[in-house]
Amino acid sequence: MAKITYITSDAKVHEIEVQNGLTVMEGAVQNNVPGIDADCGGGMACATCHVYVQDDWFNKIPKKEDGEEDMLDMAFEPKKNSRLSCQLIVSDELDGLVVNIPTKQS
Amino acid sequence: MIKTDALIIGAGPTGLFTAHQIKLIGLDCEIVDNLDKVGGQCIELYPDKPIYDIPAVPECTGEELTKNLINQLKPFDIKFHLSERVEEVKKDNFNWIVKTNNGKIFSTPNVIIAGGVGSFEPRKFPVKECEKFENKSVFYSVKDKKIFEGKTVAIFGGGDSALDWAVELSKNSKVNLIHRREEFRGAQATVNKMHALAKEGKINLFTKYQMTSVHGNGQLESIDIKNDDDEKKNLKADYALGFFGLIMQLGPIANWGLNLDKKTIEVDTEKFETNQKGIYAVGDICSYPGKLKLILSGFHEGALAARACFKLARPNEKYRFEFTTTSSSLLKRLGKKE
Repeated sequence: MAKITYITSDAKVHEIEVQNGLTVMEGAVQNNVPGIDADCGGGMACATCHVYVQDDWFNKIPKKEDGEEDMLDMAFEPKKNSRLSCQLIVSDELDGLVVNIPTKQS
Repeated sequence: MIKTDALIIGAGPTGLFTAHQIKLIGLDCEIVDNLDKVGGQCIELYPDKPIYDIPAVPECTGEELTKNLINQLKPFDIKFHLSERVEEVKKDNFNWIVKTNNGKIFSTPNVIIAGGVGSFEPRKFPVKECEKFENKSVFYSVKDKKIFEGKTVAIFGGGDSALDWAVELSKNSKVNLIHRREEFRGAQATVNKMHALAKEGKINLFTKYQMTSVHGNGQLESIDIKNDDDEKKNLKADYALGFFGLIMQLGPIANWGLNLDKKTIEVDTEKFETNQKGIYAVGDICSYPGKLKLILSGFHEGALAARACFKLARPNEKYRFEFTTTSSSLLKRLGKKE
């Protein structure tokens, strides 16, 4: 289990205990955190589960694999700390992770 | 007005196999899809990515799966209506009247929505003011390249579309190519060509920049771009082109009076019928307890919806379950028997 904090664009804070092995995207979708569409269901094929990872965490989490950066080209307002939440797999190491959800996904 | 036993919306794997099932049991059907080609997400999102969970097919790409499904439809005569988006679905006595954006009208007792996650639409610029210029000086595809001759064009994106058009338009226009990072994901040969043109000064390349605002009165005049270090630039621009790929939108389906759960349509698991009699939803777009967004689930859902269509299309006949291995009427339809 890891506590993941999702902050939506209206500054609402959602603290969710997410099971290890799920993705940060699934943690949001299964708990009705608004703002993550995940149209393709976690296939890294749509860029609608885009989040901003808070800076102190960005370098600690596993790096992007091939293809994620390509998909982020299509995301809504990508930044340096952009990630696709379907590619962030929850583990004990991610306990305390904070992500911001963009105003829109498309 | 086109009359048919069943209209399928969506030509992805689920829509294609549903058509197979409908034709196999002796009904007619036609298929409408917003894309200009058959295959849906398989072709649009992952044509080259291998799929490993189609029963009895250990490995195949999205493109191969689509080709095989089209092959499987060969015995049947099915009319496809591509590049058409269904706009309106209305009840008229026993039939549904379905209208597309190009003015085609269908009359059918059965509408099967196999629409994936909706229709594919181009992703737009995040800058809201771009809407004012859309289809006048801001575009997401090129229909007539002549309008750019002698003009200053800002092209955004890092894939093949952005690169191809930057190279092409650099012949007769002043091209500024803007991309959010240094790496481009297009074909290496085109990337090299673009860099060569940039060296010659035929393309002005701005990497790590993104659009922040647009200016102009009726017609676009200039755009502001900003890089990761907050450095801003103002560029003259007669036109702006954005190539950020496609996004799936539920679109007009949301207005058809169907029970929706987020972006999916609620159905029963007997007929895969929605809350509207004669409208079914199959594949990724439908939801029911335990729903899995797998292609194989779509095949199952389509097979059941097809049988449900029979009742409404042939109210005076009785549907009889048959196997393709033994039924002479099925083998006839498949062209395997005289």
